[in-house]
Amino acid sequence: MNFFDTLVSRQDMIQTAFLEHIYLSFIAVAIGIAIALPTGILIARYRRFAEPIIAVTAIFQTIPSLALFGFLVPLLGIGSPTALIALIIYALLPILRNTYTGITGVDGSVIEAGRGMGMTRTQILRQIELPLALPFIMAGIRTATVLTVGIATLATFVGAGGLGDIIYRGLQSYNNSLVLAGALPVALLAIGFDLILKWIEKRTTPKGLKL
Amino acid sequence: MIRFEGVTKQFPDGTEALKKVSLTFPSHQLTAIIGPSGCGKTTLMKMVNKLEKPTQGEIYIDEKPITDLEEVELRRKIGYVIQRIGLFPHMTIKENASLVPKLLGWPKEKIASRIQELMELTGLDPDTYLERYPLELSGGQQQRVGVVRALAGDPNIILMDEPFSALDPISREQLQDELRNLQQTIQKTIVFVTHDMDEALKIADTIIVMRKGQVEQVGSPAEILGNPANDFVRNFIGVERIQRQRPFGDKNLSEFVSLFKEDGPDDIQEVSGTISVKEAFEVLEKSGQSHLAIRVGHNRRVYASERELLKAALLKEEGELV
Ligand SMILES: Nc1ncnc2c1ncn2[C@@H]1O[C@H](COP(=O)(O)OP(=O)(O)OP(=O)(O)O)[C@@H](O)[C@H]1O
Ligand SMILES: [Mg+2]
Repeated sequence: MNFFDTLVSRQDMIQTAFLEHIYLSFIAVAIGIAIALPTGILIARYRRFAEPIIAVTAIFQTIPSLALFGFLVPLLGIGSPTALIALIIYALLPILRNTYTGITGVDGSVIEAGRGMGMTRTQILRQIELPLALPFIMAGIRTATVLTVGIATLATFVGAGGLGDIIYRGLQSYNNSLVLAGALPVALLAIGFDLILKWIEKRTTPKGLKL
Repeated sequence: MIRFEGVTKQFPDGTEALKKVSLTFPSHQLTAIIGPSGCGKTTLMKMVNKLEKPTQGEIYIDEKPITDLEEVELRRKIGYVIQRIGLFPHMTIKENASLVPKLLGWPKEKIASRIQELMELTGLDPDTYLERYPLELSGGQQQRVGVVRALAGDPNIILMDEPFSALDPISREQLQDELRNLQQTIQKTIVFVTHDMDEALKIADTIIVMRKGQVEQVGSPAEILGNPANDFVRNFIGVERIQRQRPFGDKNLSEFVSLFKEDGPDDIQEVSGTISVKEAFEVLEKSGQSHLAIRVGHNRRVYASERELLKAALLKEEGELV
């Protein structure tokens, strides 16, 4: 069967898988941001906790993704929560590390000026550190998103759906068109998110830094 | 007035940056702190706005111990020009300069007119620069903005940590002159850290010479030059500079007319332009007044304060400043 026929005949299935895929990735990144951003801000303030916390997230990151899904199944069973938790774990490190390096990378003289002028810690964080770290934070979110979109392909193995379903089915039935019908959207999603987030990244770079 | 009483600062790593320092910075005067690198100038200055805290001793501002003062509030009332400029790169010049008045809750129009005025005072055209970002300015312009930002909230005390250190000699001289003129109008209590003796001699009312966390001498530029307290101070000033001052202190006042001011107060002692610079110093001191009137030619009078006399004493040849 040719590729376009496959697309048409399996349209509903592909569409559902596509939406599931976006949903999984989106929720994982959103929760990843909700956890990693404040943690990054905290460890930038209390630096002695930075190394151990980043080290722990880095260890999670090095576990091969399929293995991580495998570890989680005995603990949490099969289904979307398991897939989500695995994806969140992967999304954490890039956001955490970039938030931390973005904030700690702000020039000390600028912070000292802020303190010397009588800004409170919160004012320094909001008006100086975060705006100056924003391009880094956005880059972290972009990396996390692209990573998550890729790894979400494995969600099918814990019964959480997504475009991996299509690929897996295609592989099992030796149907190359079907494999392609799953793989192509994943690639496009990753590239699309990358482009959009790069654009946002540029937009959030403070004007004074673009010179 | 800012007063240090037995202030010692020991950093957690054991470095003793200040050792039982007792000092006074008189109100409405520019006091320069000078000394070799690492002698504790920055540390001393940062104690005034509580960026560093003494391990012993106390600092008083107008006789109030600063330990009792809330630090954020205190800092908003003290202008601070830091050693490495530290402008906020993501904010325009206007936003940078407005920061403290905004923190103080000034109304918008008042902030705008204040910034406008200070920009003009420091020689920066507001229309050209207010909307620019720091990176679009030259080093010298950035330092001026640093000064504008420190003055914006109309603080009574201004701390300046080597504010002109990164400049070429010409801009540097220019900013020193501007600061001096500015100080004549605004009359703030300024603490000015430098490691450049010429700069200190030129702009300070009082000079504090430091070494290794201790004060070696406190005095007016003329006192420091004319009467160095010990070998360290003498070496620090430079034998050359002292010797240069002597012979030229013997020159006649009339040779330096271009340095003196055309206007001055009435009712002050008048001297003839034919007396030496050195004699003029003595007359000025005895008169107890701020200025001396100098008669040159038949009916021309020029005016000199200690500063102008000092300039004359330091001048190598006509028109060339040492
Ligand atoms: N946070 C710190 N921890 C430990 N030692 C410090 C700290 N800050 C300064 N010092 C030490 O205290 C001493 C005085 O430092 P300070 O910065 O006051 O010198 P300075 O006179 O301003 O020098 P410079 O002319 O180079 O700016 C130095 O020996 C310095 O190494
Ligand atoms: Mg210093």
